[in-house]
Amino acid sequence: MIPQEIHDALVSHFGNAILDAKLEGVFDPFIKVAPDRIKDVAQFLRDNEATAFNVLMCLSGVDHTGGKLGVVYHLHSMRRNHKIVLKVDLTVEQPHCHSVESVWKTANWHEREAYDMYGIIFDGHPDLRRILMPYDWEGHPLRKDFQVPEYYNGMKVPY
Amino acid sequence: MEETLTQTAAAERPATIPGLGRPLKEHEMVISMGPQHPSTHGVLRLELVVDGEVVIDVIPHIGYLHRCFEKHAENMTNYQQVIPYCDRMDYVAAMNNDLGYAIACEKLLKIKVPERVEYIRVIMAELQRIASHLIAVGTYGMDIGAFTPFLYCFRDRERILDIFEQTCGARLLYNYIWIGGLSHDVPENFAEKVRDFCAYFRPNINELNDLLSYNKIFIKRTANVGVLPPEVAINCGASGPVLRGSGVKWDLRKNDPYSVYDRFEWEIPVGTGTMGAVGDCWDRYMVRVHEMEQSVNIIEQAVEKIPPGDVQSAIPKRIRPETSEVYVRTETPKGELGYYIIADGSASPFRVKVRPPCFVNLSLLPTISRGAMIADVVAVLGSIDIVLGEVDR
Amino acid sequence: MGLLDQKFENSNVIITSMDNLLNWARLSSLWGMQFGLACCAIEMMATGASHYDFDRFGVFFRGTPRQSDVMIVAGTVTLKMASRIKTLYDQMSEPRYVISMGSCSNCGGPYWEHGYHVLKGVDRIIPVDVYVPGCPPRPEALMEGLMKLQEKIRSESLAKKKTA
Repeated sequence: MIPQEIHDALVSHFGNAILDAKLEGVFDPFIKVAPDRIKDVAQFLRDNEATAFNVLMCLSGVDHTGGKLGVVYHLHSMRRNHKIVLKVDLTVEQPHCHSVESVWKTANWHEREAYDMYGIIFDGHPDLRRILMPYDWEGHPLRKDFQVPEYYNGMKVPY
Repeated sequence: MEETLTQTAAAERPATIPGLGRPLKEHEMVISMGPQHPSTHGVLRLELVVDGEVVIDVIPHIGYLHRCFEKHAENMTNYQQVIPYCDRMDYVAAMNNDLGYAIACEKLLKIKVPERVEYIRVIMAELQRIASHLIAVGTYGMDIGAFTPFLYCFRDRERILDIFEQTCGARLLYNYIWIGGLSHDVPENFAEKVRDFCAYFRPNINELNDLLSYNKIFIKRTANVGVLPPEVAINCGASGPVLRGSGVKWDLRKNDPYSVYDRFEWEIPVGTGTMGAVGDCWDRYMVRVHEMEQSVNIIEQAVEKIPPGDVQSAIPKRIRPETSEVYVRTETPKGELGYYIIADGSASPFRVKVRPPCFVNLSLLPTISRGAMIADVVAVLGSIDIVLGEVDR
Repeated sequence: MGLLDQKFENSNVIITSMDNLLNWARLSSLWGMQFGLACCAIEMMATGASHYDFDRFGVFFRGTPRQSDVMIVAGTVTLKMASRIKTLYDQMSEPRYVISMGSCSNCGGPYWEHGYHVLKGVDRIIPVDVYVPGCPPRPEALMEGLMKLQEKIRSESLAKKKTA
């Protein structure tokens, strides 16, 4: 299926949960989805025969500066051999997004990493804890306004 | 008195073990296979919840080697400066990491590299694949208890590192594949050295099979252990030999080709359940051995066809891509490595996200080692073949 | 061999000082703790393999800190790992030595500038005897580092207590 068909199928099923799309002039066409409906959209994309997106290639958090965060999902279908990108926009004050862990088990660790690095909270995730940083670390390191702490547990952190 | 003791003990036990999702039962024990352990292939902490010798659950704790690659990538003054950091992620397969990043940036900048560069890149990537699988196979044997194959594999690996050292001066972390080309051209007798290596290495695969693969003790330790069904593998995002060991014939070099891989004839090895169930540790291990053979096939074909040219002619002087983003994935020895790069029009990347194959493959460990014994956890971990530099970035 | 072959002139008797004897024994069989953290660990494994062979120096790797003399910190030390390194160092019995292998454990290495989770040098938490530079150091460089440690041990004395 070409991206336009995928977009039309989603709009016909989910109406105003599909916020925006850019299908031309980019390397990877993307579709913007509302944060609280992302799980239903993901479930549809995986179970529908025509789309059949059975692989979540990558789930990334992004800091767009200016208090805006985002999550980007790269999906791929092994059977139909097509790809699509889903994007979700969040803010620092409202960093809640629904988890897609029940759709693709891959998302379990990816979402933990996005929470650890950006502070994005995934509702419905079974075990949302830090994964790369120590469990008592404060702050979310990959945000653009992150300040490196001077000391951590008695060790000097900067050079 | 005894009642009070049991009540106090129960009160001190935490309500839920993080990662397990429930409190510990009376007969269960938590053992920490800590960050320093000979068989964990690096700094990985596995919290094993065991009932005697049988493992109820495995809770991996990672992050002991988190070296902030993504933060460094955002702060470098130039796209080319990120390449040494890419090397250090999967440090046993550095060429493949560089290749993925270079292909992603070349797609962003819409650069076409010369044919000579493509062929040399393929040869380097395949030689690196053999080197990485030699370490995987050698250390797997050592985990199971066989020390000799480790020494034989390292002996063969030194021959490959000699070729790399002649070309770019480094043994382990090369900074060789640049955006738009290569850092050095290959020396004059490169083709001859590569042909000699291929002729030398092919019989050694049979030697390895005699030593390790068809060894009765090795088969008993690895067959029917850690069976991974294919649907679980795909849903959990497994890739590389872990996915192919479960019988799924999927290799990015053939299914989603990049560079010049579509010009060569070779086979995709899959696990067939020869010694036990399809998708057990032996299958994953054997896929790696067969892949080494297929890599030798690719190298022998590629080295005959290297066209002449200049390897540095397409390297851009100024790298300033327009505001765009791209996701490119390549097949490294460990699986599917993805780079998601967001460019914002300046000289350094805005965001570089790496999708590491080992990170995703490691998240499978709890699923396939429940119900096994402690020694089997070591066998399963070795067959997944992780490199902590890539898991933690 | 090596240190002893000039000494056997009359029958099999050597006369030497206690210092020399103890130092010779210690430096000829430095058992290392298996402690590879990152890329330098692969070069350490290559040094232990047959091409470069650490075993001819008497070095082979033990899994537990209780039985080892030297800890080769090979690779990047992160803040999460630092407390474990300190625990392991404390568990080693004296005399104990530390070789810091590679740029990352010397001073933070390539991650010195923006590494928020990297400890800039393992000498911030444990005392180091020999620093081996390189990223990663060649196996020959690691062997030279070991030989420098052997020289350091040769000059030790029972009269002066080693300051921890």
